[in-house]
Amino acid sequence: MIAGRASLLAGAAVLLAPLFLFTGYHLFELTLTVATALAILGLDLVTGHTGQISLGHGAFYAIGAYVTAILMADCGVPYWATPPASALVSAATGFAIGLPALRLRGHYLALTTFALAVALPQILKYRGLEGLTGGVQGVVLVQPGPPFGLPLTPDQWLYLFSLAVAAPLFLLVRNLTRGRIGLAMVAARDHPLAAEAMGIDLAWLKTGAFAISAMITGIAGSLGAIAVQFVAPDSFPPLLSIFLFVGLVVGGIGSAAGAVIGALFVQFVPDLAEQVSKAAPGAVYGIALIAVLYLMPQGAAGALASLPQLRRRGALAAARGESPSRGGTGHVE
Amino acid sequence: MPALLEARGLRAGYGAGEVLHGIFFVVDTGGVTVLLGANGAGKTTTLRAVSGMLRTTGEIRFDGTRIEGRATEDIARLGVAHVPDGRGTFMELTVAENLRLGAYIRRDRGIAADLDRIFAYFPALGARSRQQAGTLSGGEQQMLAIARALLSRPKLLLLDEPSFGLAPLVVREIFALIQRIRAESGTSILLVEQNATLALALADRAYLLETGRIVIGGAADDIARDERVRRAYLGY
Amino acid sequence: MAGLLHQLLSGLASGGIYASVALALATIYRATHHVNFAQGEMATLSTYVALALIGAGLPYWASFALTVVASFAIGVAIERLLLRPMARAPALSSVGVLIGLLLIFNSLSGWLFGYTIKTFPSPFEAAAAGGLLGGYLSAHELGATAVTLAMLLGVFLFFRHTKTGLAMRAAAYNPASSRLVGIRVGRMLALGWGLAAAIGAVAGMLIAPTVFLDPNMMGGILLYAFAGALLGGIDNPLGAVLGGFAVGVIENLAGAYLVGTELKLTLALLIIVGVLLVRPAGLFGRVVVSRV
Repeated sequence: MIAGRASLLAGAAVLLAPLFLFTGYHLFELTLTVATALAILGLDLVTGHTGQISLGHGAFYAIGAYVTAILMADCGVPYWATPPASALVSAATGFAIGLPALRLRGHYLALTTFALAVALPQILKYRGLEGLTGGVQGVVLVQPGPPFGLPLTPDQWLYLFSLAVAAPLFLLVRNLTRGRIGLAMVAARDHPLAAEAMGIDLAWLKTGAFAISAMITGIAGSLGAIAVQFVAPDSFPPLLSIFLFVGLVVGGIGSAAGAVIGALFVQFVPDLAEQVSKAAPGAVYGIALIAVLYLMPQGAAGALASLPQLRRRGALAAARGESPSRGGTGHVE
Repeated sequence: MPALLEARGLRAGYGAGEVLHGIFFVVDTGGVTVLLGANGAGKTTTLRAVSGMLRTTGEIRFDGTRIEGRATEDIARLGVAHVPDGRGTFMELTVAENLRLGAYIRRDRGIAADLDRIFAYFPALGARSRQQAGTLSGGEQQMLAIARALLSRPKLLLLDEPSFGLAPLVVREIFALIQRIRAESGTSILLVEQNATLALALADRAYLLETGRIVIGGAADDIARDERVRRAYLGY
Repeated sequence: MAGLLHQLLSGLASGGIYASVALALATIYRATHHVNFAQGEMATLSTYVALALIGAGLPYWASFALTVVASFAIGVAIERLLLRPMARAPALSSVGVLIGLLLIFNSLSGWLFGYTIKTFPSPFEAAAAGGLLGGYLSAHELGATAVTLAMLLGVFLFFRHTKTGLAMRAAAYNPASSRLVGIRVGRMLALGWGLAAAIGAVAGMLIAPTVFLDPNMMGGILLYAFAGALLGGIDNPLGAVLGGFAVGVIENLAGAYLVGTELKLTLALLIIVGVLLVRPAGLFGRVVVSRV
């Protein structure tokens, strides 16, 4: 991984370039991509690093979006003050889900989280809560404009705003995963027994990871809502959670760049697929997905980063006599 | 009599790193060959190479045919039974199911009789035949692993450190068992061990492996008397 | 009381639907330790193929048989061509491939056969027009349940008492050791996929008469089936089938007496999750004990 001032400046340049290169709709799509990348980053924390499969992160995205919408529309809270609130509510939900859910592993956890993704739109549509959520009609928001009279279009401002919110979170996750906590997470993922024997409190670790992950994805939802200026139950179908998962796998786990690449895939490939085939866009998308996974089974970021190491890792697995796909051990839960 | 198993210039490794740097050894038909060596010398790698679990260069002849490069399951079907390091037990299946799997490649009618014989050899397994194999103790799992290997009526038995992680009394039992197998069934055995004393006592041939090379080899008695082996592995 | 009985039987009828798909999921899991997220869409496509054959003039049972065989072949092909190359990749990538497959099959169904809802014939209708059991269950529902149970029996016996069934289970648990005893692991995995695809095809053909055939027929059903399989223990075909029936009953009762149709899916899933928290391996799942 390259580091240093030069790459930092280059990165900043790449991130700011869209302000000058794109306008209107494309910039809006990129703003959404930022939100999606952040959402995938959150998912990565829990699925990539801690090994807990979540097929329900769309629900946290929705929760964050709705908190923002309700605060903006019903309580007159300015848009820039809503992300922290979204963060709080999603984190609390994540904690509440994570605590019991950590007893489940693998497919059982996948179902539980997916159940959350399925349940949430139903709950949002529920007539009893219509006063709060706006029911099936949803909530419409007003597009925020740039502050202090800056010479930017609203689209440009929103893009900058989203970057400004997302960037520190990316840094936060990076520090988290590179430090002791990150090591503990990987240990919990690969060898839970050994991790426990070394004194790592798995319960706290897993629940905490879940909560932080939900928080990050919730903030992403908040950004998404502000950008789209509309939330409705059908904006957050179970498929959203699936797509976040797809983005994670395509981009590669454990990588910030991967989250961005995954977000780009999820954001733009569906439109491209429709251009290729009006009749069967789903098939084109599926083929594209499978092709990407074939060529880069570790995800895009994985392929980029591990070209020299790939041989060594495959070799170590061969040494243990089984495939590396089962997280390092021959026994499946 | 030609050797049952012969390796020449065998090289093997994991990915980029080579672990065996061209070794030669022989297992006589009906005989016991022992590979001695410290941790990391390449003993387990050797057995894996014979079983086709690794990519190898060089020659491995089993019963007259070249087997290097063949798939593990094909080599097993030729009559090689490998008891791997870690025992390779099917933890989630019952003891009885583990044993039935040992006889997987057989099509004859003698399986039931052999199972009875196994349970006579190993009463502990009989008592636990419906239990999940993962609940057995280390020694019992080792017995299960060997029993499973025997059920295929192999020509060659590959044993990877059968004494590993077992209490001394249990180890003695296991070696008495191996002695019995050799005496009663005429199965050839390639044994990899760190416990040199016990191993040399029942071997015909012995080789000493050090960082991927055979440093000495020959008749077991001669090797037992060799200066280097005595100092390093026999303790006197 | 009659109302409760009606709901119960109704629940069992829909539960039968979930149970048949749950059986396919459990079979594949037993044989490969994969959860086949594309199971529903594969079954839908198979059902369309059957409809096409019937439309072309073949009698029902001939179309049925041909579809089952073709589905078996497709299952084997999927394992050989798509999943085997992924064996060395992280497990998550395999899930991604299956999701891709889901999207492809779903799209293909719509593209090749159209999105209009179609009817699918049932081989049992001729038997009793007015319905059996006091009119609570139709002949088809009863017949479909019987077929599901028959398949369950077949799968159960296959895994428990045949050599190949044992080899398939072994190959899923421990491929390395399986090779050492001479099992051709690749072949076992392919067989598992073929079997599950065939079961899925039968499930699709049993379900379509009741819910009508359209490309998204299986979406909700797969979720319930998955829930049922996990409830009963995903590595246990019998448990999965029982779980499927249970989910049908729970869903129906919840909808009728507790929360109405709006939230019944939520409640049903909540109940299932609740059970899983108490019994993390499912009601009948095998909890694997291993001494460290």
